[in-house]
Amino acid sequence: MCDQTFLVNVFGSCDKCLKQRALRPVFKKSQQLSYCSICAEIMATDGLHENETLAALKSEAESLKGKLEEERAKLHDVELHQVAERVEALGQFVMKTRRTLKGHGNKVLCMDWCKDKRRMVSSSQDGKVIVWDSFTTNKEHAVTMPCTWVMACAYAPSGCAIACGGLDNKCSVYPLTFDKNENMAAKKKSVAMHTNYLSACSFTNSDMQILTASGDGTCALWDVESGQLLQSFHGHTADVLCLDLAPSETGNTFVSGGCDKKAMVWDMRSGQRVQAFETHESDINSVRYYPSGDAFASGSDDATCRLYDLRADREVAIYSKESILFGASSVDFSLSGRLLFAGYNDYTINVWDVLKGSRVSILFGHENRVSTLRVSPDGTAFCSGSWDHTLRV
Amino acid sequence: MAQDLSEKELLKMEVEQLKKEVTNPRAPISKTGKEIKDFVEAQAVNDPLLKGIPEDKNPFKEKGACVIN
Repeated sequence: MCDQTFLVNVFGSCDKCLKQRALRPVFKKSQQLSYCSICAEIMATDGLHENETLAALKSEAESLKGKLEEERAKLHDVELHQVAERVEALGQFVMKTRRTLKGHGNKVLCMDWCKDKRRMVSSSQDGKVIVWDSFTTNKEHAVTMPCTWVMACAYAPSGCAIACGGLDNKCSVYPLTFDKNENMAAKKKSVAMHTNYLSACSFTNSDMQILTASGDGTCALWDVESGQLLQSFHGHTADVLCLDLAPSETGNTFVSGGCDKKAMVWDMRSGQRVQAFETHESDINSVRYYPSGDAFASGSDDATCRLYDLRADREVAIYSKESILFGASSVDFSLSGRLLFAGYNDYTINVWDVLKGSRVSILFGHENRVSTLRVSPDGTAFCSGSWDHTLRV
Repeated sequence: MAQDLSEKELLKMEVEQLKKEVTNPRAPISKTGKEIKDFVEAQAVNDPLLKGIPEDKNPFKEKGACVIN
């Protein structure tokens, strides 16, 4: 078949119209077929139509985007910091590292707090997932995953289980047991299956459902007990790197951010995208809902963090400085939403005043890039995990 | 998955989605910004990281004998 040249005339039945004609080899989606000259002509013009419709779709998409921007611009009557002009400025902040948790053998990639405000789970590149008591710095549980680069971990709302995943393309749930004789790995349950690495996972309000984000460009909602896929969310055109669920009072939505520079808000029940924001200039590494649920912040490789207001449907603030050149890997709000903590790849943590848009403080201490950052559930502290193998509270 | 669909199908989905989004209800920033500010001011009283915690209530304070302030 591969030896056929265009000069060879084969006589036989056309693959399309099945009539007996002189045939030409024709390539459709990298498959070789034999068409008669009439069908070959038709296919050539179809191809032209195909391109036309593609171009038509592209221009339609562009014009719709333009229209969207116009609608959004109409509401841009005032800047957030102008609204906040009369708010008292924040004084000097002194934040100290109170605890340093050592024990991971390699880069810490992700961490999450337990609702009891003292326990945390963290995962690292070497496949270890550790549950710590942050008050005493004791390690309560440790599991070794069968894969490396465990990029996502989450604590269940009940405090009885943890979920984690990474290069194994799955999200596994481990029930936590205090029985010394039980092997945690034996009770492992594989819940999610993706076709690429797992980048983020989070339990919903109950222990029974998990939301995952993956390098395959999709997010998915799973039932923990049966492992069944309840809903999948398509729309990102590149790896999805992060997700965050809306605070429970405001409803069933979540926001995701990805390598396509877009942040998207989804309805969990219908699987539909509700809003999309495309103002970042590079991969979005982290998204976090504002405590009121009406806005969310994102941290990106373009060295900025941005605040998007969901009801105004636009970006309302950018947190950046010319001196900050490295990407923000992780962001979280303080309890009131006045402060935004962001961990950067230049080993620092910047604290921003959300309303005024100015930087309040820089925290030094880590010896390598800060990969993950979470404020504790009661707001008394925040924990940062870093590639220097430690976590700091 | 995003990679499995042809460019044309992806664009079609995008166009459908954008058509829906153009009609989303929106509010001006003067209103929503004010709501964010009000929320913050109301919650700021309870925010430990904002106003600091007295040492005796801080669950993370070091238990050493010597504390340098």
